[in-house]
Amino acid sequence: MTPDYIESDCYKQQSEAVRSRFERIKQRPVLLEVEALDKIFEDREEEIVALDDISFSVHRREFICVIGPSGCGKSTLIRIIAGLEAQTSGNILLDSQPIEKPGSDRGMVFQSYTLFPWLTIKKNVMFGLMMSKINRRKATAEAMEWLELVGLSEFADLYPHQLSGGMKQRVAIARALANQPRILLMDEPFGALDAQTRAQMQSYLLQIWRSIDITIVFITHDLEEAIYVADRILVLGANPGHLQEIVEVPVPRPRTPDQFLSPEFLSTKKHLEDLINPEKRLMSEKIPIPRMTSVGDEVF
Amino acid sequence: MQNWFSIRLSLSERTNFWLSLMAFVLPLGAWSAFSYLPFLWHPQVLIQQAGGTYFRKDDRVDKKDFQQENQRVARDGGQQAVGRRVNPSYLPAPHEVGKAFYIAFKTPPRRKGEKWLHQNIWDSIEVIFWGFALSSVIGVPLGILCGSFSFLSRLNEPFVDFVRYMPAPAFGPLAVAILGINDAPKITIIIIGTFFQQVLVIANTTRQFDNSLIETAQTLGADRLKLIRSVIVPGILPELYRDMRILLGWAWTYLIVAEIIGAKSGISLFITQQAKYRNYDNVFAGIIIIGLIGFLTDQILGLIGNQLFVWEEREL
Repeated sequence: MTPDYIESDCYKQQSEAVRSRFERIKQRPVLLEVEALDKIFEDREEEIVALDDISFSVHRREFICVIGPSGCGKSTLIRIIAGLEAQTSGNILLDSQPIEKPGSDRGMVFQSYTLFPWLTIKKNVMFGLMMSKINRRKATAEAMEWLELVGLSEFADLYPHQLSGGMKQRVAIARALANQPRILLMDEPFGALDAQTRAQMQSYLLQIWRSIDITIVFITHDLEEAIYVADRILVLGANPGHLQEIVEVPVPRPRTPDQFLSPEFLSTKKHLEDLINPEKRLMSEKIPIPRMTSVGDEVF
Repeated sequence: MQNWFSIRLSLSERTNFWLSLMAFVLPLGAWSAFSYLPFLWHPQVLIQQAGGTYFRKDDRVDKKDFQQENQRVARDGGQQAVGRRVNPSYLPAPHEVGKAFYIAFKTPPRRKGEKWLHQNIWDSIEVIFWGFALSSVIGVPLGILCGSFSFLSRLNEPFVDFVRYMPAPAFGPLAVAILGINDAPKITIIIIGTFFQQVLVIANTTRQFDNSLIETAQTLGADRLKLIRSVIVPGILPELYRDMRILLGWAWTYLIVAEIIGAKSGISLFITQQAKYRNYDNVFAGIIIIGLIGFLTDQILGLIGNQLFVWEEREL
């Protein structure tokens, strides 16, 4: 819980460097455009509105996070962008072209590592390259370069089950990037990792993002993670899933873990907390905790 | 000791080895006990000297009859019969069956046109092989397709599921009428017994395949054909291999039925003939041979599987 003395609107006050960075980003071409997106699931007679009128655009090399309470449809949103599910209405344009089915121009990293267990690490990274019919030697060379980038070239001939969770996810990132997609979609990619590995992976991802031309849309339920990595944060609300606000993160780049306690960081976090769960404070007071035991009288 | 009964306890390799050995030693021990300890069971008496009784030498008579007859003879002042307690001839002792193993292979056919035991066994293996191979050529791809495409699954599986409940042996007379009395109807029975199960089992295995891997491959640019060839098939391979091992076991159980259809052949011919000649030790040898072939094939396939799928995460 963020301390009370942090004012929740000072996230809007951007330093000069941050403001000018956002201006530069807005001048870049729009890479992904989502217009009036609706998704309705039909469940027998019931209709469940998963996404209601979602619109936003992502500029080239921007890092966008999507957060929201569970059931807000953030996974559905990213799956529609990936082409794994069809929208009910609305448009998604990538480089002004409508999206219809999955394609190698949109790389995806899932929470469950989804490495092909029967392929070695190297061959996993080569998978997309082999699909695009380039020859094996060239694919191998490129795969090795990507493994180098994520620091796993010495594990090239191991199988996925021999790697740790963090390493698996690095391979998954290398595999998605090897296809040279226009955009990288990440669905809670670090959600299954322990806290320490997760922090490492966040820094790692920022490094990779800085060194290559890639735009990232990143889903997470971890507010600190979102503030740490994102340029802008899409805050979705639930029932039905709708876009509440797009928050411009006022924390200057390059980001470091030290910034977690900076006023910009804390005020952004507080604002996000309020957006996602406005009744949180009240709730904690409302939940009655019955006394179940006579043991522990000395504990306060 | 009480630890052995903790639920899902994992045992050391040594313990596993000894337990597996005991799995065979215990039943063999029980069999030996019944065969060699005269006070266990042994309900009959083998007559050694008939004396004044109406028995003849080498007769096997019930213990009760033996005692009654001896009492009768004793009352009349005649000589009592002498015998030793034995089991019925249909339960030969382990060493007799062991000997039969050797002798069965060495016994030349009684009549012209009959075959040596090893030729009979080879016939059985051929029938199994062709039945299983022919079934798999269609069953495996069809199963994978049914597991991949829901419309094929809906179109095929209800009927397959229906036919599966018709016992394969019931098709025997029909198969003979259509295909004659030689190997063709036998192979057909194996196919009928295997194919329908095969399609359902493999379709199910294919359906269990992790959907997120399919989605991942799609986002990496795999088209439909490549999804099946480069993702689904290699992904289900270890599971498919295990299915095939189990199905092969089922095929063996249909063998005996298949072989007595039309002109009897193979190992069942040997077993039925020997039973007719009352060579029960040979009968046991025949049954054990079938078990051994099936068991060894499965063990060897298991070992090969371990070598083939090094990428699999295994629980040890």
